[in-house]
Amino acid sequence: MEDPYHAYIRRLEPRSPGTGILAGRTVAIKDNISTAGVPTTCGSRILEGYVPPYDARAVELVRDAGGAINGKTNMDEFGMGTTTENSGFGPTLNPRDTTRVPGGSSGGSAAAVAAGLADLALGTDTGGSIRCPAAFCGIVGLKPTYGRVSRYGLVAYANSLETIGPMGRSVGDVSTLLRVIGQPDPRDTTMRGTPYAHDPVPDVAGRRVGVPDEFFGEGVDPRVAATVRAAIETLASLGAEVVPVSMPSMACALAAYYVTCTSEASSNLARYDGVRYGPAVETARPWHDAFTLVRSAHFGPEVRRRILLGTFALSSGYYGKYYGKAQTARANVSADYARLFREVDVLAGPTMPTVAFRLGELADPLSMYLADILTVPANLAGVPAISVPCGTVDGLPVGLQLTGRAFDDETVIDIAAAYEAEVAA
Amino acid sequence: MVDEGEVRRIAGLADIQIPEDEMPAFTVQFNRILDYFEVLDTLGEAGAGERALHTVMRDDEPRPSLAREAVLANAPADEDGFIKAPRVM
Repeated sequence: MEDPYHAYIRRLEPRSPGTGILAGRTVAIKDNISTAGVPTTCGSRILEGYVPPYDARAVELVRDAGGAINGKTNMDEFGMGTTTENSGFGPTLNPRDTTRVPGGSSGGSAAAVAAGLADLALGTDTGGSIRCPAAFCGIVGLKPTYGRVSRYGLVAYANSLETIGPMGRSVGDVSTLLRVIGQPDPRDTTMRGTPYAHDPVPDVAGRRVGVPDEFFGEGVDPRVAATVRAAIETLASLGAEVVPVSMPSMACALAAYYVTCTSEASSNLARYDGVRYGPAVETARPWHDAFTLVRSAHFGPEVRRRILLGTFALSSGYYGKYYGKAQTARANVSADYARLFREVDVLAGPTMPTVAFRLGELADPLSMYLADILTVPANLAGVPAISVPCGTVDGLPVGLQLTGRAFDDETVIDIAAAYEAEVAA
Repeated sequence: MVDEGEVRRIAGLADIQIPEDEMPAFTVQFNRILDYFEVLDTLGEAGAGERALHTVMRDDEPRPSLAREAVLANAPADEDGFIKAPRVM
């Protein structure tokens, strides 16, 4: 099969053992998830040539369930981006409109599923990287609760925020893939909770759906807002009680996210020095010179920027001002969710403030960061959030985002399934 | 406000070089992002509220790991079963 959207970095001959709940289904794997014997680049030239000697736990589980892995998908380098334009291997195109980005950073996984090149895909979500491309490409994507899917074998960018999650063309498919990967693993010390063993129950009657004002604020395209409000009306027509709520911690959430993720990145990405894997370092040079040469030659501009932002935020004299306060803001986001989830079962709003950008539209880094405002809160608090297609603006897909209590991915899935069943009817 | 000299110093800490022709634009964008982070200054420093993260501990007992050959297979240079690194002194 052709790959006209450049969804994949590497295609693989799918092999399914033919048994298990994924038997006969193709699964695309984001290229920051380790696959034994198959190169894994993270979309970066600095990992060119790297072949993992082991499978990530999620990949192991997909194989065990009979899933036929058909390739490694394109992504923003190390997951750092909202468009998949920051890939060291060139951008992915949005199958719905090839002049547009697919969203990011799991843009290759979303495009593969949207174009029918794969039945299902694994993505990863650090600040929206599953939900954003799901929304932009018109598919379903779930960021599971932090701790519900093993991160063993996921190449780390920002450990305290990121998770592996399922992407598919229906809520049922996403739920099925979560059943496969939502299994315990002693090799990830942040795993908690119970395995996911749920079948979607498409019922929202009597559920309380909170709608935070802040999700419809400045920067949200009014046509996207209207489309999402209509979807929330649909939930109300199915018997949900819609409750206006407020989430004041949103004011600092994006800054807290970028301080935290860049700080963690500056530490995590220190390992890329051309010594143990990747393009060779010149061993005859003094080490700082040698490392600087290999890192400067093979990291892309956005990765360099985030490493420097994180290095600065953690540097002597600035730690309290940036990282310390970001953790306060993060605790405030968690406290807001805890308060709201005593009143409501889920929160609803847009996944992204706009529809898919044109290729090259977001040239300024801060403008690109601002596009993540509606997705980062769930990562800061570790709670589950799904994006489900809810209509179009100018022919481009819009995503309805439903966020739930930690370790209650089941309710998020059920309400998304109820919405999906209603609009399909 | 961070100037180009400060950007060079931070880049040095991270073993990364920003090409000189990119430095002016990089510094402008860097400052725009830091200005955005100023919103955090509206907050106090001591964090209250819930922690999102929990670490599960286990006994520190040896478990099987990768074979030496499997680990060395990705190293650009090795010698006598060790990975070859640049000199430190």
